[in-house]
Amino acid sequence: MTLTAETVLEVRELTKHFPVYEKGVILRRKLGDVHAVDQVSFDIKKNETFGLVGESGCGKTTIAKCMLYLEPPTSGEILFNEKNITEIFKKARKDQVLALRRQMQYIFQNPYSSLDPRMTVADIIMEPLEVHKHIPRNEWQDRMYELLRMVGLEDYHAERYPHEFSGGQRQRVCIARALAVDPQFIAADEPVASLDVSVRAQILNLLQELQQKLGITYLYISHDLSTVRHICHRVAVMYLGKIVEIAETDELFENPLHPYTVALLSAIPVPDPKKKTHRIILPGEVPSPVNPPPACRFHPRCPRRIDICSKVEPSLLEARPGHWLACHNPWPSKSTASYNV
Amino acid sequence: MTLPDPLLRVQGLRTHFYTYAGIVKAVDNVSLEVNKGETLGVVGESGSGKTVTAQSVLRVVPPPGKIVDGKIEFQGKNLLALRETEMQQIRGKEIAYIFQDPTTTLDPVYTVGDQLAEVIMRHQKLSKKDAWTKAADLLKMVDIPDADIRIHQYPHELSGGTKQRIAIARALSCEPILIIADEPTTALDVTIQAQILDLLREIKDRMNLAMVLITHDMGIVAEICDRVTVLYAGQVCESGTVEQVFEKPKHPYTQALLTSVPNLALRKEKLSVIPGNVPNLIDPPSGCRFNPRCQYAQQICIDRVPELEPIGEGRMVHCHRWKELDLKSPVAS
Repeated sequence: MTLTAETVLEVRELTKHFPVYEKGVILRRKLGDVHAVDQVSFDIKKNETFGLVGESGCGKTTIAKCMLYLEPPTSGEILFNEKNITEIFKKARKDQVLALRRQMQYIFQNPYSSLDPRMTVADIIMEPLEVHKHIPRNEWQDRMYELLRMVGLEDYHAERYPHEFSGGQRQRVCIARALAVDPQFIAADEPVASLDVSVRAQILNLLQELQQKLGITYLYISHDLSTVRHICHRVAVMYLGKIVEIAETDELFENPLHPYTVALLSAIPVPDPKKKTHRIILPGEVPSPVNPPPACRFHPRCPRRIDICSKVEPSLLEARPGHWLACHNPWPSKSTASYNV
Repeated sequence: MTLPDPLLRVQGLRTHFYTYAGIVKAVDNVSLEVNKGETLGVVGESGSGKTVTAQSVLRVVPPPGKIVDGKIEFQGKNLLALRETEMQQIRGKEIAYIFQDPTTTLDPVYTVGDQLAEVIMRHQKLSKKDAWTKAADLLKMVDIPDADIRIHQYPHELSGGTKQRIAIARALSCEPILIIADEPTTALDVTIQAQILDLLREIKDRMNLAMVLITHDMGIVAEICDRVTVLYAGQVCESGTVEQVFEKPKHPYTQALLTSVPNLALRKEKLSVIPGNVPNLIDPPSGCRFNPRCQYAQQICIDRVPELEPIGEGRMVHCHRWKELDLKSPVAS
């Protein structure tokens, strides 16, 4: 697969804090902030699948929501095709906002809660057409059937309601709905996490096919590293609101440098009974994002912690071409003996 | 050579749910065995009958479910013939259960210590004080830091991983012989999952426990199980040791399951797919239940239900065509 170097999306120092208030009704003092995402920067290239991995609570979904302005970011910029979209959304001129929304769509994690149970599949898929009015009304129905077939459903499914479908089929409906407006970019938030293992492969293949056919750029969010390895071109690893490592998929999996990435990779159970692997078991749990550890946020659990880690925050630097890393004491490269891929 | 009797033997178990929409045959002729000190993995997708099988063993199938047929022998006793009071002596004491979601299985209005002490007092006739001392020891055994503080806390004050450790401590409190762990790590993050799997393995070895581990993740099976039983739509596909099943799967479903999961080590352009969906168990496909999705299906697979055949070396296969098919495993390469 060839990648053009053209950048579609640029995220610059994106920060999102959620305030936490005291219990009560009238005089609620602010207690602090949940540092959901802190100073995160990356870009996504055209036709690429960019993976965002990390454990629950590390800020993956918040980044995606900020990128589509479903959550207004606290600070930072998001450039889409070199236009600052946070500005456009803030000014909220309806025609401009709609034009942007048409280019950026979202697939939610749980297809059981993201489809309106009282609308038929036809209504669900035609709703975006109705909102955006980018094609004439007499073509809506044809477009709807075309979309159904594109995602591997049949014409007779159009008159059915979401409860009549299995999880995999519902996710197909969600994908059809996202495609209805011909988007350039889709944020897919754990699109297969709630599906059965035997159905996951179908949806992953569908996403890949659509990308090849329509030239879509994806942001793929997941905690499941094996699907990430399969579908993504580049991957960013997050820990507690920070990106700790970005690299091309093969490079990241074969040559991880951040101790957290190494631990994450070693923690995945491998379906091969002969591979008895050494795993790095991290002590403790992910700390609270209300009061994250100072300097490097991973240092209290890090097996390679040195003095500087608790004093100076490491910045995201290019450790080797295309491989970005935020760590003072990276994992010795090529020491694959202690880790299982 | 006759093998010693297994610790737990389930034979021809059928558990059906009588719903308004019809009879859901959630478990339909499932047989499995667990030997002393062994870990059996029970794998399958949602709706394959893993949990209902486990619930049937403890006779805690929620209504409208009923065990309609089969035999469940535990240490030579037929559990289905016992009276409810006798069953209560087995639940929690001899067979313990660890549930999938620790958030919903701990009582939110009792402290951790109360919940552990309750089980201990119920089965071991200890005083409250002794039970609490024992509870504190258990917390230390499952590696909970600051056990003295944790024991006075309520479940909402704890993280998912800690809660699952407490559920494990509770299961261990009466020194059971068999533990049934129902997807014990599904609700947890990968790094926490690694911690919990490590803990389970360590405790199992130290206490020489037998364990039934229910999961949908073939990776977990490969890591910690000795033998595995694969379920599909309420029936057994095959069973055998982990090495046998992963290297030489005999049932097309097992093979498909192994190849459709993205593998970290082998990156492919396209994933092989199992077509279709998990069947509806009110009206399951005739014959072999996997036939509509099986690439090797023939007329006989639609006409007749296959037998669960022993094929030597302790393996069982539930397929008409296992002899002629030479299935390749993606793992053995």
